[in-house]
Amino acid sequence: MLEAINISKEFPGVKALNQVNFKFYPGKVNAILGENGAGKSTLLKILTGVYTQYDGEIQLNGETVSFSNIKEAQNAGIAIIHQELNLIPELSVTENLFLGREIKTSLGLLDSSKMEAEAKRLFEKIQLNVNPKTLVQHLKVGEQQLIEIAKALLCNADVILMDEPTSALSDKEIENLHRIIYELKKEGKTIVYISHKMDELFKIAENYTVLRDGNSIDEGEMKNTTEQELIRKMVGRDVLIEKKNTQNQFENTILKVKNLNLINPNDKKRKLLHDISFELKKGEILGIFGLMGAGRTELLETLFGMHPTNGSYNLEIDQKNTFHKKPKDAIENGLAFVTEDRKTEGLVLGMDISSNISLTYLPTFGLLTPSKDKSSSKDYIEKLRIKTPSEMQLCQNLSGGNQQKVVLAKWLATNPQILMMDEPTRGIDINAKNEIYNLIKELAANQMSILLVSSEIPEILALSDRILVMAEGKIKASYLAAEANEDKLLKSALPE
Amino acid sequence: MTISLNHPLIKKSQSLIALFLLCLFISLLSDKFMTSANLWNVLRQISVNVCISVGMTLVVLMAGIDLSVGSVLGFTAAVCAGLLKNGLAFESMDLFVGFTVLGAILVSILIGLVLGLFNGWVITKFSIPPFVATLAMLTIARGLTMLYTEGIPISNLGTEFEFIGSGWMLGIPVPVWISIFMVLIVVFLTKKTTFGRYIYAIGGNERAAFLSGININKIKLAVYGIAGMMAAVGGVLVTSRLNSAQPNAGTSYELDSIAAVVIGGTSLSGGIGTVAGTVIGAVIIGVLNNGLVLLDVSPFWQQVVKGFVILLAVIIDKMNQKNK
Repeated sequence: MLEAINISKEFPGVKALNQVNFKFYPGKVNAILGENGAGKSTLLKILTGVYTQYDGEIQLNGETVSFSNIKEAQNAGIAIIHQELNLIPELSVTENLFLGREIKTSLGLLDSSKMEAEAKRLFEKIQLNVNPKTLVQHLKVGEQQLIEIAKALLCNADVILMDEPTSALSDKEIENLHRIIYELKKEGKTIVYISHKMDELFKIAENYTVLRDGNSIDEGEMKNTTEQELIRKMVGRDVLIEKKNTQNQFENTILKVKNLNLINPNDKKRKLLHDISFELKKGEILGIFGLMGAGRTELLETLFGMHPTNGSYNLEIDQKNTFHKKPKDAIENGLAFVTEDRKTEGLVLGMDISSNISLTYLPTFGLLTPSKDKSSSKDYIEKLRIKTPSEMQLCQNLSGGNQQKVVLAKWLATNPQILMMDEPTRGIDINAKNEIYNLIKELAANQMSILLVSSEIPEILALSDRILVMAEGKIKASYLAAEANEDKLLKSALPE
Repeated sequence: MTISLNHPLIKKSQSLIALFLLCLFISLLSDKFMTSANLWNVLRQISVNVCISVGMTLVVLMAGIDLSVGSVLGFTAAVCAGLLKNGLAFESMDLFVGFTVLGAILVSILIGLVLGLFNGWVITKFSIPPFVATLAMLTIARGLTMLYTEGIPISNLGTEFEFIGSGWMLGIPVPVWISIFMVLIVVFLTKKTTFGRYIYAIGGNERAAFLSGININKIKLAVYGIAGMMAAVGGVLVTSRLNSAQPNAGTSYELDSIAAVVIGGTSLSGGIGTVAGTVIGAVIIGVLNNGLVLLDVSPFWQQVVKGFVILLAVIIDKMNQKNK
């Protein structure tokens, strides 16, 4: 059993954890719930030896332990699977797996065949169909996640901490992960699971701990509670996701895509996208649903001018034919693209909010306009309810949800006609999520057209007027909001 | 009242404090240091490195590097001196073009710009890492210098030209004026223009900058062009101070300038740093050089000491970032 007694951790100006207590039981899935900023990440970092200074005590199987680095935590049997994956793209799957614990021959040289065989055995166990020699950069996010799990299994961890493991996975991959977790549970491993997806927690978790603002609010068994109750404990009030009620009375076509194709840059003979055609009307929210690897992100990227040589299409915006060679062209045509990964694609984290917002609209050469930037960023901070002391706060100091809002603000600042959003609420807490939902609806009501890519069915259903379902680079189905439901969407999204 | 070493004001002015302590230390050991003649001399000497380093700061802020500045300095200096002394003769057309001081200087700065733009073009057009592209330019420009000068210094360039490196204006050496002017230009670029903002953005997250619609290639071209021009300005200062262009002028100057940038707190991974920091870095290196000479430390030991100072600066900087 992993137990924490009165753990406190302070950063300059912030009390991240305040006398937190919990017990994680072996053979069970122990869920930690809490909004972003509740202290979950800090807790994980203490448990895995990243933060070495804290007050209180951690006990592993009745003995007090303290780790001075990650390796010590690993040796004690505590492994973590991060939300943001820590694999080296240029190395092979096997090399990543055995990084730091390579198997060697009697001569002290690397024993590749033995490691590859071991990798294969592990992959079979988790039903991962990947050649051990494949470079990690060629894997999908879902596959990379499973490599991380294989890594934890490889070092025989007794306690496996999972931080939002399913936020980037398709439903099928999630199912597979849940099956693996079930197996691990049977082997008596302690699973600590952080997720924002409630239905998932009710499916797999036995126990829960709720954190709010660094305090432990409640703990108990999942079977004795309800979703509403947990959400109330997390946020301190009831939050409901409303379903979209749409009349689908849209007239003016703003965007018309015909025969969009995208060649795979790594394999010129294959296509990532096949003959995609659709229309988007003014003021309409068009949801694009699909599993990982269906080509949703690539579709948005191609429209945004990110694949000028491999992509081909006929594009009409406002009844004008156009082609985007680079993002700047797309922006000039009124497109905006809220990318999936706010840290690598959305923000310059070391810059302040105001500077990040103004990046999209300042000319290449010209004078800065600090007072204008300040007032416009202040407007967005207020309108999007970005929680920050000022517009000069560095983005790296904001929580995930607030970072996402800054990304949104920076694109709204371009005054787009068409807003493309790729997983706009990935990895952010339920409150921020609802705020972003309301904002999207408001934008559409003000005649902005929105392309919304998401792998969360409730999100798609709650927001879309019309839904396209993609699979294997093709559009497989199209539904009006009224006729769509979870089953239909999932069924169309499954590859044949 | 106690003052914590972690106080933000102290952290911000860390390099200034280091400079102050260094000056104090040297003046305790040598009474020649704190004389106005010596201090002006130090400032005159560092003005060359200041010019090169402010250009280098822009490059490093963008997570790039420019190893060619020393050679570019050498070549532009040689051309400047050659034009002044011999003009440009086209024998086939029986044409001779003579150059005024200003004309020769402008041409050499223009050449610095062209060489810098070439760096930028190679880096952006062929996606070559800046380290490699500018390393190539390092030997290309040095080779051109040797070809142009045939390995022989070009000397006696006239008193008018000498004034730039050795003269005084309003009680301050002319090269110091020039370096102050260059610093002000680059400070203006970084603080007041969108160009400067985008340099930080590219250094901080190039992909996010690209997706925001920023014309990254244009900015990179301009930055390497500016670095080339700044090297040429440095070349003019060196040449006029010695009243002679040496074929090997500027050799390994890129190291001193990268050192100044790093000591000044600019992160080699881009996105973080200031021009003011670089100026302080350049002054620290200049004072250190001067102090070691005054203290009669052997030139070989000087190099060792300088190396350790650079390491120390980076280590302190790293620890600061961690504490954040």
